Amino acid sequence: MKRLLPILTVVAVLIGLWYVAVAPMNIHGAVDIAARGGMAVTPEAPAERREMGGWALMVRNTGAIPLTYALDRPQLPAPHQVAVELWDTTVEKRVTSRRSLIYHGWITLSATLLGFAIGSALGIALAVGIVHNRAMDMGVMPWAIASQTIPILAIAPMIIVVLNSVGVQGLLPKAMISAYLSFFPVVVGMVKGLRSPDAMQLDLLRTYSASGAQAFWKLRLPASMLYLFTSLKIGIAASLVGAIVGELPTGAAGGLGARLLAGSYYGQTIQIWSALFGAAIVAAALVGTVGLLQRVTLRRMGMGE
Amino acid sequence: MNALLNRYPGDLVGAGAIALGFAVDWRLGAILALWLVAWRANTALAGFGTPGVRYLVPAVFGATLLGLWEMTVQLYDVPGVILPAPTDIAARFAASTDILWADFVQTFVKGALSGYAIGCGAAFATAIVIDRTPFLRKGLLPVGNFIAALPIVGTAPILVMWFGFDWQSKAAVVVVMVFFPVLVNTVQGLAEASTMQKDLMRTYAAGYWQTLFKLRLPAAMPFVFNGLKIASTLALIGAIVAEFFGSPVVGMGFRISTSVGQLALDMVWAEITVAALAGSLFYGAVALAERWVTFWHPSQR
Repeated sequence: MKRLLPILTVVAVLIGLWYVAVAPMNIHGAVDIAARGGMAVTPEAPAERREMGGWALMVRNTGAIPLTYALDRPQLPAPHQVAVELWDTTVEKRVTSRRSLIYHGWITLSATLLGFAIGSALGIALAVGIVHNRAMDMGVMPWAIASQTIPILAIAPMIIVVLNSVGVQGLLPKAMISAYLSFFPVVVGMVKGLRSPDAMQLDLLRTYSASGAQAFWKLRLPASMLYLFTSLKIGIAASLVGAIVGELPTGAAGGLGARLLAGSYYGQTIQIWSALFGAAIVAAALVGTVGLLQRVTLRRMGMGE
Repeated sequence: MNALLNRYPGDLVGAGAIALGFAVDWRLGAILALWLVAWRANTALAGFGTPGVRYLVPAVFGATLLGLWEMTVQLYDVPGVILPAPTDIAARFAASTDILWADFVQTFVKGALSGYAIGCGAAFATAIVIDRTPFLRKGLLPVGNFIAALPIVGTAPILVMWFGFDWQSKAAVVVVMVFFPVLVNTVQGLAEASTMQKDLMRTYAAGYWQTLFKLRLPAAMPFVFNGLKIASTLALIGAIVAEFFGSPVVGMGFRISTSVGQLALDMVWAEITVAALAGSLFYGAVALAERWVTFWHPSQR
């Protein structure tokens, strides 16, 4: 409760600011519509109106302000417009309908999950190799870190197009971009985790004459769990971004990214915002799920708080 | 035989794999042979303790990957519209440096760098403001953490609509992308100075600003630089992806999306090389600044 109040206040302030910003952002369009509808507006010439700032136009045409909250294609849709659109496209539409946000969300989510599974599995495998092989550590690790500084997303359109031309279509190309993005956070986090037992603990296992495999299963792997889950959270958020960006080129038919692109082509701002919030909800759900898994796993291992 | 197997198990397995590769297809065998020779050389190199090895081993590894790539493309006659060879990409890079430079200036210098400076500056200032009120800090930190995990690139179409096709909209996307990671890290860093240290400052009769500049900001710097490093990789991504939603006829994202359409993949790879170089150098510059500012931190010693 003590933490909830400040958070709710901040969210309320943000929504309030949003409402305040809607009027000056949309006033140009609203005044144009009002003028076409026969309302008296100042100044009368459209060219003059275009020159004016949002606030100045608002002060002169207070009558048009309510219109700014109900435009079909606003510059900035009001929060309730986005909420209504979200409700319409999730609850009111059938799930199989192409206009349903759940349908598009599922396409993106399935690519995200497949890519995340591939990426994190490969990442963990590589991390184990790096920890146990000196040449791999010295050879691969600098590249793994350097590759994080490279804008992988820039390659996304090319991967999609190339895989399409080889005949791989559908989920897999997008999943590969997701996998690529979730791969490196997992590698780096897992290597850190597997190295987290200190020399004293490793020495203790040596006095027990434990083999390398035993040290791995009984000490290194349990010690790495906290690091693993932290990087999995980063990885799954990155996976979602990868899947969305993977849908941008090639004019993919479905998915949240396709909704964004279609919305921006046809000026359907409310659709863009609702797709954006849909993506935010999916991201929050994914990160929350990993967080829940972390708590359950750590508690069963006796490391929970 | 058994003794030999015990001593070099990896080599024998490798030799077996090469033999099998040659049996299936001589090209596969040759590729496997290159890989194993390079791998042996690297393992042997890693055994030396000299300081130069730290740079040599990754260099050999990178060169091996490039060699394997070139060999695969040449031996199997992979068409250029699927995967161009590194030499083709290098040739294209050398032939079109003026285009690449124009794209680099448009996307990186104008879009990414200006957005990075504005976004990080604004986040830093905001962090110092909200740090003064615990209520704001408690409320904004979870919200900021939440927003930092969202797919913010999705705001690109909206910002392109608001700020037009030129670099301003790209800078705006970058501002939005870098703001929250830097904000969250800075706020965390400002909470880093311990009560004991703050009490010491109070015994010196230091005011708020003196405490801020002499104790809390320096103590926050490792965290701030963590945020700045994350932001440096996000900045380039944001600027490039924003160009997919509309751009003037210059820019790295524009070049990538149009070249993909023309199946001129050597151009795409040349552009990716530029992006990789720019991203690495940018990250390296921030990391260097970090070394210089936080020389006292254990991780830098």
